[in-house]
Amino acid sequence: MSNNPASRWTDGSMQKRVARRYSAERRFRALGFLAVAMSVAVLAFLLFTMASKGLGGFSHTEARLQLDLPRSDVVIDPANLTGADAGQIVAQANLEGALTQAAIATYGPTASEIFGESGVRELGRKLIADPTLLSRRAELWLPVSGKVDVAAKGDGAPEQEAIVAAINAKDGLRRTFNLDFLTASDATDPSAVGVWGALKGSFLTIIVTMGLAFPVGVLSALYLEEFAARNRWTDLVEVSINNLAAVPSIIFGLLGLAVFLNVMNLPRSAPLVGGLTLALMTMPVIVIAGRNAIKSVPPSIRDAALGVGASKMQVVFHHVLPLALPGILTGTIIGMARALGETAPLLMIGMRAFIATPPGGIADPATVLPVQIFLWSDEVDRSFVEKTSAAIIVLLVFMLVMNGLAIYLRNRFERRW
Amino acid sequence: MSLGLALLAVLLVAALAGGIAYRRAAALRVGRTKGARLNSLPIYHALHTALWAALPALLLLAAWSPVQTRLVAQSVLSSPEGKALPDSDIQRESILGEAQDIAIGKIEAGFNPQSTALAPQFTAANNKFATIGGGLALLAALAGAAFALSRVKFEFRARAGVERWVMLLLMAASTVAILTTLGIVLSLLFESIRFFKMVSPTEFLFGTSWSPQMAMRADQAGSSGEFGSVPLFWGTAFIGAIIAMIVAIPLGLMSAIFLTQYAPAKVRAWLKPILEILAGVPTVVYGYFAALTVAPMVRDFGISIGVTSASSESALAAGLVMGIMIIPFVSSMADDSIAAVPQAMRDGSLALGATKSETIRRVVLPAALPGVVGGVLLAVSRAIGETMIVVMAAGLSASMTANPFHAVTTVTVQIVQLLTGDQEFDSAKTLAAFALGLLLFIITLILNLIALSVVRRYREAYE
Repeated sequence: MSNNPASRWTDGSMQKRVARRYSAERRFRALGFLAVAMSVAVLAFLLFTMASKGLGGFSHTEARLQLDLPRSDVVIDPANLTGADAGQIVAQANLEGALTQAAIATYGPTASEIFGESGVRELGRKLIADPTLLSRRAELWLPVSGKVDVAAKGDGAPEQEAIVAAINAKDGLRRTFNLDFLTASDATDPSAVGVWGALKGSFLTIIVTMGLAFPVGVLSALYLEEFAARNRWTDLVEVSINNLAAVPSIIFGLLGLAVFLNVMNLPRSAPLVGGLTLALMTMPVIVIAGRNAIKSVPPSIRDAALGVGASKMQVVFHHVLPLALPGILTGTIIGMARALGETAPLLMIGMRAFIATPPGGIADPATVLPVQIFLWSDEVDRSFVEKTSAAIIVLLVFMLVMNGLAIYLRNRFERRW
Repeated sequence: MSLGLALLAVLLVAALAGGIAYRRAAALRVGRTKGARLNSLPIYHALHTALWAALPALLLLAAWSPVQTRLVAQSVLSSPEGKALPDSDIQRESILGEAQDIAIGKIEAGFNPQSTALAPQFTAANNKFATIGGGLALLAALAGAAFALSRVKFEFRARAGVERWVMLLLMAASTVAILTTLGIVLSLLFESIRFFKMVSPTEFLFGTSWSPQMAMRADQAGSSGEFGSVPLFWGTAFIGAIIAMIVAIPLGLMSAIFLTQYAPAKVRAWLKPILEILAGVPTVVYGYFAALTVAPMVRDFGISIGVTSASSESALAAGLVMGIMIIPFVSSMADDSIAAVPQAMRDGSLALGATKSETIRRVVLPAALPGVVGGVLLAVSRAIGETMIVVMAAGLSASMTANPFHAVTTVTVQIVQLLTGDQEFDSAKTLAAFALGLLLFIITLILNLIALSVVRRYREAYE
């Protein structure tokens, strides 16, 4: 035994071994910490990248302009601008030509293209708000085109940089909050784009998803947990729900394309079809969350209700469901948040068209925010980079709010029995 | 009369009948004679009557509306204006579509004059068949209401009747999952069979060359229309099952170990939601992050270590970001299986003098291994079905390279590519997407079933 060092406590090798084991312990612990720290660091890096690239998208550059509409070839009767179709009249007038003329007059011939869609739109709005602009000289601040905007923010092509320098020399540029980004829809000029159309599409889609997936999910969770007999059929239902929860989302897109579009002939690109597809995808998530919540309601509640003469159905709908509802809602909100961020299945059913007007109803062509982000990320124009990142910030804010709501609900209402 | 109007009428009949039933039952209850006691509360009589009036009629309406579409189309085509339409399917369809839009007032005039002539036919046929269907539904509602009203009596068990309806509703809701699965399988299978009539299954399954561009002309170069899916599945496995897992398994597992075994409760309460945020970030955001930030970094790194052919779309960039996306998933699965290991095993090991890390490595992890493996399988299944990250960062070239700095393409990328171009629906190119979808579905199904059964057996072992 004397040749076994571990048997003698006084021997230094024992101490050494213990020290080695303890340092292995510390290393292991540090590795664990490192793993978590890396995940958090990546998340922080991702959020930082999006914020630093995207915050610029919420502001735009405006240029000062001496506008002399009476001398331009814009002919609008001021009386028409008070009517309901003022927007149309303004859109038909050649405001773009007037802007180009004014820009050249103010900043010289190189500045002929500093204004784009956004400037024309803003000028139209100013005209409707103040028709006297038609009959006088005025100094206006108007948003510049996407290319110039990027150059003013320090990332543009050399020619635009030169124009920006020229305008800056006359103190003609300023940065303001870009409200249009939240109220406008998709456009060809990046300075004129906004997320409102996509947000409205997302909203309509989620409404359809929620309206279908929530009742169906809750009812089937109740059935499986409270009524279903243990037999082959129930097993089949369970297996298919568990499997559906793990089927790739793009497969649901293929299902939507084959069934809703090609067999049932529902309108393409519509929130109705998107909502239906996402509902099929979200329903299993709600069922699984619902079953867990129902399972956690203690049997004593059911026994008590049955004991005073309630029917099985009354027990379930008067007692079990209200007690399980916070848990079900938490699962539902998380499922909805996932549906809100889903892109691939919606690409399959054609929600990737260029849509410049917000949808009026669930059967109108629409796009949703994640698809809009995907479409903008594909654009070559560099000024779309900050618009894409800005749209991502909007999307992430919505996700955070929904997940925060779910966590709040879980902490506030969930009871441990 | 339109079907929407019929729907309203049915609901109105149901509400009225319910109201009448309530009044009758309430009257019975007040004026009850000795010995006779109303079995169910008036509200149940009302619900029972309303359900009998509404549900059969609504089902009838739902079944009628597709039938009506077909009947209308038939009757329009058999009218003299319909017979004058061109024979070409595409032209006829577009004229019919326009005529329909005019008939329902969506547009004022069609592009094709024939559609304007057809519009009245559409209106007439629509009216005719909607009146028939709506009338039938209304009759069904009235009949149901009359039947249920005749049963408002002392001894009638209206509550049991209502509960039978609710039970039917519950059962119907639970079959939606099966119908969805069936719908997925059938639609994929149906289109895949059509695809395999054009391309042989052996070529599809074992071919190593993928270029789905069909030649428009015979002499067109580079458009051979080859459908060998092996490179796609290699790319999918390379990104989803190899690179992503190399990132996600160690990080996810170590995170779970740290959070469950080492972190103080307060730290855990903060870190867990942060990991959940990582799981909640939409995939399109990860995709953009991969394409915009990670891919250039990977390319520069590749060039700096001497891989001159490093491209800006690389398997490594997509796989890295996908791995990060999967971390919270692996971590929570590992968390669950570690938590399921009985405390007694841990205590026994610690009591023998093992350090915490030795206990974890030698006792807890081997015991939790089946659960962890099941979780990893589910993670793989999720990674290979992931679409947006690879669409935005992995590229389109179907190559069988093992160089992580090269672009590869995956099954999901190709499905998106095949289905988002302008393609008529019957070409082999479009149908190939469904065949790929079918294979993807089968692979993920097998992975899920194995994983679920492993996890379940493991849970039972410790219960």
